[in-house]
Amino acid sequence: MAETAQQLSTQHLLGIKDLSVDDIQLILDTANTFKDVINRPIKKVPSLRDITIANVFFENSTRTRLSFELAEKRLSADVINFAASSSSVSKGETLIDTVNNILAMKVDMIVMRHPYPGAGVFLSKHVKAQIINAGDGAHEHPTQALLDAFSIREQYGDLAGRKVAIIGDILHSRVALSNILCLQKLGAEVMVCGPTTLIPKYIDSLGVKVEHDLMKALNWCEVANMLRIQLERQDISYFPSLREYSLLYGLNKALLDSLNKKITIMHPGPINRGVEITSDVADSEHAIILDQVENGVAVRMAVLYLLAGKRAF
Amino acid sequence: MQQSILLSGPKFQITIQRLCQQLIENHGDFKDSVLIGIQPRGIYLAKRIKEELQQILHIDTLISGELDNTFYRDDFRRKESGPLVPNPTSIDFVIENKKVILIDDVLWTGRTIRSSLDAIQAFGRPEKVELLVLVDRRFSRHLPIQPDYIGIQVDSINSQRVMVHWQETDSRDEIILINAEEND
Repeated sequence: MAETAQQLSTQHLLGIKDLSVDDIQLILDTANTFKDVINRPIKKVPSLRDITIANVFFENSTRTRLSFELAEKRLSADVINFAASSSSVSKGETLIDTVNNILAMKVDMIVMRHPYPGAGVFLSKHVKAQIINAGDGAHEHPTQALLDAFSIREQYGDLAGRKVAIIGDILHSRVALSNILCLQKLGAEVMVCGPTTLIPKYIDSLGVKVEHDLMKALNWCEVANMLRIQLERQDISYFPSLREYSLLYGLNKALLDSLNKKITIMHPGPINRGVEITSDVADSEHAIILDQVENGVAVRMAVLYLLAGKRAF
Repeated sequence: MQQSILLSGPKFQITIQRLCQQLIENHGDFKDSVLIGIQPRGIYLAKRIKEELQQILHIDTLISGELDNTFYRDDFRRKESGPLVPNPTSIDFVIENKKVILIDDVLWTGRTIRSSLDAIQAFGRPEKVELLVLVDRRFSRHLPIQPDYIGIQVDSINSQRVMVHWQETDSRDEIILINAEEND
């Protein structure tokens, strides 16, 4: 075991699309060490003590923002938080102006969530800071896909050949797109499942299996990633009622028990109990939903650590 | 690239045995002492010392661990090759009030030891920390750090490298001095 140095091929984390397989493996391997760190009595290391990070959130978030903030603090970075709802954005300031004002206060990295797809890419071209995409509209949510991959790897050892079904509102989900890209790069087989209206038209171009029958999807997969119905992004009605959706696509204990195998249940949160997943499933031994949350901090620490390594001193 | 062997064969083994005897003088039955090898290359020496000590003392209860100091280094980001990839840390015991013997193969600038001293604090407050090294490169320290147990002392210049090879990884036990290329 030699002292080796390796680095990411990108300067920013804008989407899984830009990452190579080696990049993803490097992040997951590094996250392993950080998971060990956050389970110690003293959960903190000094690696990023000279770095300031701004968490800029133009959209609501609980898990992702807290997870990033904890990851930053456990790497000893200085952290500032910014929520668009309580800022001058409502007074008409543009995105570039807002961010440049933050950067004028000597900030090194921006973690951004934005309702518009491509907001991170746009920003990375116009400001001098490293950008980490914490979700851009219905486009990508790369750290979620990385932590999902990490969690599956933890359960099964390797992702190659694993069968993962992503079930629910695929059309409005950035988690779905990032997950599909990440899982495929790591060699897993991916199926999406949901009502026709919630499956994107050109999904075939991603090379995934499409299924509209929940039972068939569950029988096929080893891991089921249940997604929330994103009512806030739905401009029209995509199905008659939540009750009908939940009858056809909701995961419950009876369905799980009728399978003659044990599958792993994941959910990126927030859960709508009783809609896409019932409480007895969400709280069962099949679910690794809270492991995903714990792994999220370790994976984000790895991403921040490796990106900081790309900065010139 | 020129190489010369500084220590090998039976003398290598005798040096390890001598280090063990010196440890026994200070730590007796090792009831309150723990061995910690520093990643990546100090862990082989730590394993050797542990085996040897257990043989001499006829015990199999010696506590040992491996420490990675990557996240505590002061040269993180100063390397052009990118950030260092961490190695696993395995310390599954409490260091509180223990006498810790840090073990590394080569002591050069002292910076690795400095970061290891920081890293170890995450596992508790030891009663005492000692340092054991197989090779002490004298007169090249950047920090006021000195070893308590020394295998051999070497006078070398900065452009030279000192490497320890282990049976387990390099198929022989030896310490070599490497002279860098003239125009390096």
